[in-house]
Amino acid sequence: MPNAPHTSEHIVKGYDEELDRLTGEIQRMGELAMAQLESAIDAIMRRDSEAALDVVGADATIDALEEEVSHDVMRLLALRQPMARDLREVMAALRIAAAVERIGDYAANVAKRSLVLNQSAPIRLTHALPRLARLAQALVQDVLAAYATRDDARALAAWARDEELDAQYTGLFRELLTYMMEDPRTITPCTHLLFMAKNLERIGDHATNIAENVYFLVHGTPIAGTRRKGDASVSIAEVDDPR
Amino acid sequence: MIDAPARISVAPAATTDARPQAQRPKMAARGLDFHYDGFRALKDVSLDVAEKRVTALIGPSGCGKSTLLRVFNRIYSIYPGQHASGAVLLDGENILDPKYPLNRLRSKVGMVFQKPVPFPMSIYDNIAYGIRHHEKLSKAEMDVRVELALVQGALWGEVKDKLRQSALGLSGGQQQRLCIARAIALRPEVILLDEPTSALDPIATGKIEQLISELKAHFTIAIVTHNMQQAARCSDFTAFMYLGELVEFGETERLFTKPEKKQTEDYITGRFG
Repeated sequence: MPNAPHTSEHIVKGYDEELDRLTGEIQRMGELAMAQLESAIDAIMRRDSEAALDVVGADATIDALEEEVSHDVMRLLALRQPMARDLREVMAALRIAAAVERIGDYAANVAKRSLVLNQSAPIRLTHALPRLARLAQALVQDVLAAYATRDDARALAAWARDEELDAQYTGLFRELLTYMMEDPRTITPCTHLLFMAKNLERIGDHATNIAENVYFLVHGTPIAGTRRKGDASVSIAEVDDPR
Repeated sequence: MIDAPARISVAPAATTDARPQAQRPKMAARGLDFHYDGFRALKDVSLDVAEKRVTALIGPSGCGKSTLLRVFNRIYSIYPGQHASGAVLLDGENILDPKYPLNRLRSKVGMVFQKPVPFPMSIYDNIAYGIRHHEKLSKAEMDVRVELALVQGALWGEVKDKLRQSALGLSGGQQQRLCIARAIALRPEVILLDEPTSALDPIATGKIEQLISELKAHFTIAIVTHNMQQAARCSDFTAFMYLGELVEFGETERLFTKPEKKQTEDYITGRFG
């Protein structure tokens, strides 16, 4: 039974409208976060500092939407006292909004670091970032679509796919280390690139949080088992010295 | 001398939650049917009321929850044309058995109704009245019993200086606590509460809810309520009834966060059409 989406409406129509409003706000937050990520990567590739600054500035819109979600959740809890699936809807909305807000923050952070990157000569490995960003974007898009349709299977599939993003990040980490060892003059831009890559990897982690919340919303239980953490960069002690 | 009714040993009620069965049932309905005027108000209800726990009965009007409570102390038997079949066990004895002495049942199972009905006498006598029917106590002993009941009913502090004043002068909330104290005074083992706060304001309601949480250390409590938040706050186990049937029964926390039956989910989330 917990799998079945509600076919009937609340006796009090306003309750349905308030729950729908929450979902709508989160969808808008998600679209904005996606657009922010897209613009950030675009600004990095074009070395466009002005566009990067726009991304940093636009993060406030996502933050404001999260505030709205928090307010609406508080209002719903106080006025409607939701129970059972309604309660899970409200809890999931609050947590998912927080995850999307963090995704927005990471997109802005990536843009902010590109401002520093633009002060150094272009480096080849910058081109690895869009690949990482696209993977992160696809994950976020998937979990948001799973949330919109309360599709637990889609959420679960996306949850498992975060490993690909982690593996790519670990690969890039290794490459950047090698690059810095080859040419210590690149240490500053490469360190910024490393942080940017880590930000993109963290976006994937928040996408998995969203997936977990969609699953909890539908089933009332957490996803059984734990996802294998694919970020192996923590265990990389050294790389082969190219010299 | 009336023959003692035979002890009935039956398997625990089938529930949708395994855990309520682990708790020792003080009272239990088994295959309970109830008819009045040709209408079948309860249909094959089997339910355990755990000892020294609060069991809430919820459901829309006419679902049979109050009827079930009334069968638990056989109060229906004073009305003609009402008939219960199956079994209601109190410590394993079937109280529906005509051999089960009504006096014993009434002293073991107390009841408090929606509207507080104090007797038109003093606060003291409201408590002492029932005790005098069951026990012969000296004045000093009675004073102690009355005080104890009022303390347990969380009313002593408010009435200790006006015990001889009419109970009708108390506020609605105080009157209801007096009725609870009156039930407690007989030292029952089970207390049945039929919508005990529906006529009270939120502050008086809060006091009754606090009282319920204190009383469950000593008594087994079954409460009928239309207020689902109250059932969620006060009870350990909740039974959802609909059209005379027990739809779902389980731990309150589980039932209100993850009900198993769609009917339960629809009711507690306000989707019941």
